[in-house]
Amino acid sequence: MTQPAPDPRLLVRERGLAGYVTEFRRRIAGGELGSLPVVVGLIIIAIVFEAQTGTFLTPGNLSNISVYIAGPGIMAVGIVLVLLLGEIDLSVGSVAGLSAALWAVLSVNQGYHDLLAIGLAIVAGAAVGLIHGFFFAKIGVPAFVVTLAGFLGWSGLQIWVMGNEGTINIPRDSLVRDFTTYYFSDIAFAYGLAALITAGYVLALLRTERRRERAALATRPVTEIVLRGALVALVAFTVAYTLNQHRGLPLALVIFLGVLFAGHFVLRHTPYGRQIYAVGGNAEAARRAGINVARVRLTVFVIASSLAALGGLFWAAQAGGASKSLGSGNLLMNVIAAAVIGGTSLFGGRGWVWSALLGTLVIQSITTGLNLLGMAAEIQYMITGAVLLLAVVLDSVSRRTQRTAGRT
Amino acid sequence: MTAAPVLELRGVSKRFGAVQALTDVDLEIRPGEVTALVGDNGAGKSTLVKTIAGVHPIDSGAIHFRGEPVRIARPHDAQELGIATVYQDLALCDNLDVVANLFLGREIRRHTMLDHVTMEQRSRELLDTLSIRIPSVRIPVASLSGGQRQVVAIARALVGEPEVVILDEPTAALGVEQTAQVLDLVERLRERGLAVILISHNMADVQAVADRVAVLRLGRNNGVFPVAGTSHETIIAAITGAADNAVSRRRDRISKAGDEEREQEDPS
Repeated sequence: MTQPAPDPRLLVRERGLAGYVTEFRRRIAGGELGSLPVVVGLIIIAIVFEAQTGTFLTPGNLSNISVYIAGPGIMAVGIVLVLLLGEIDLSVGSVAGLSAALWAVLSVNQGYHDLLAIGLAIVAGAAVGLIHGFFFAKIGVPAFVVTLAGFLGWSGLQIWVMGNEGTINIPRDSLVRDFTTYYFSDIAFAYGLAALITAGYVLALLRTERRRERAALATRPVTEIVLRGALVALVAFTVAYTLNQHRGLPLALVIFLGVLFAGHFVLRHTPYGRQIYAVGGNAEAARRAGINVARVRLTVFVIASSLAALGGLFWAAQAGGASKSLGSGNLLMNVIAAAVIGGTSLFGGRGWVWSALLGTLVIQSITTGLNLLGMAAEIQYMITGAVLLLAVVLDSVSRRTQRTAGRT
Repeated sequence: MTAAPVLELRGVSKRFGAVQALTDVDLEIRPGEVTALVGDNGAGKSTLVKTIAGVHPIDSGAIHFRGEPVRIARPHDAQELGIATVYQDLALCDNLDVVANLFLGREIRRHTMLDHVTMEQRSRELLDTLSIRIPSVRIPVASLSGGQRQVVAIARALVGEPEVVILDEPTAALGVEQTAQVLDLVERLRERGLAVILISHNMADVQAVADRVAVLRLGRNNGVFPVAGTSHETIIAAITGAADNAVSRRRDRISKAGDEEREQEDPS
């Protein structure tokens, strides 16, 4: 029997370094940009602002950025999940504000224990997500409309919860205050975390490679494992060193990284994560494969709103308290923009949680840099808007390139 | 070759409102055989297949699987019995790679986590035994050609180790080379002892791979023919319901026109 010739369009990676170069070229030509543009963008942003201000790359400034990105970043992780479904959640800003208001009223005015109040605020977020998910997944109302209604409704509820109080300031001894003000000042913490991340990454890589070898599957060359490990170590220890130059490892960053790792694990290693990608890629195919599409959609909206509620507490901690208008303004747009800028497609099925980190880094870097330059808020809005447009253009163009390269 | 039928339909009828889609249809599907199901548009091919696949439960009649009467009310029932269906639209997730698509909905787990390594290994084994050549199982299905997507969809039906595989128009919209690949695969399914139901509009495909042809016309049986020894015309006649039909009239007209042309060119 004659074997059909392998399709020349399907390239198996060549061995060695040359293989990586051809693979990389093929991906770029095929429009699979992923998170590459945002990494390049971040480097450009850092160089430009450092050249303009001379203080952008100081440990203090970078440490502050790492704290500021935690709130929007946690919310952006939820948005990434929703975008993977090919949907949108316009209510995260309002849910963040509502959660902060609930926590403040319960903890400060009603005297609930801080942890209980935090828990209740997040449960309220989950309940909000359950309502969105029910109308979207079970009734079939477009998510855009459901969450637009939520956007209005929940900020109304937020104002109602706040009652006569315009703002509720965070008490000095509050746990929520610690979210953005606590630092693990011993340098061992930052270096320890960097070592843990590097070791965990390399060990996981080695374990997989050993199993693949035993299963007689293609394995990565040793040089690749060493290079990957070295790159992760370089980034982790540089960040740790920089943070230790200022006040140490921020609690905010630790929690954000925890959410990111959890999200990465769920998406990459659990059947549930696989189901999210499948529903985002082809809902009908997922349904026929026996996946409960409605359940996946509903739970993703619950997770997104819960993360929005958690992010709202960080946002309140940063603002110094809950208010009637907390979470309105450009928070929603920044969060969605972050997920898209980070490389998660608006069209569903493509992306990863790390775009939440990369995207919020870009937006926060621009905001901080322009603040250092003394630019007014209106200029910041315009520049952030332009960056978002650029990211969506990249997404759309790469999608079109993929289509012409035979990758719909 | 008269193995006992693995799947047997007796007097199956199905009605949608005012439309009697199937009337008293009988069908026998044997292991190691490719049974082509042909018929004109609206003859009831899709409805019949959907009753077997559990999408439309039958109104009356009986379905026997391995000699036992069974009830197929949901797609899940058919899958449990070992009846796999590859629909025309393939139902693949373009954004997922080949391995993920093959195991979609029945992922292999290890400590409740996805077992990427075992799934990739099994995918390779499955594709190798079917002689399916896909250089990498780790690329998104979107980057495969139409024929490769079709074979991936068929391979996916085999992950659950079925006994009956239903292929709905597997070669529609494929080029010559890709059609040949898919037909090769259908033959390999037969060699593995599977019972294959092939729905097709393409008589060339049917005659190339099918062992028997079951013809439906207006929701009723209109003959079952062994492919060997049955002429194209006989099958067309059964599909259209008469020896005198548009297809034969057209052929007659063209050949007559050809004769006249030759007469004019060669006046001797």
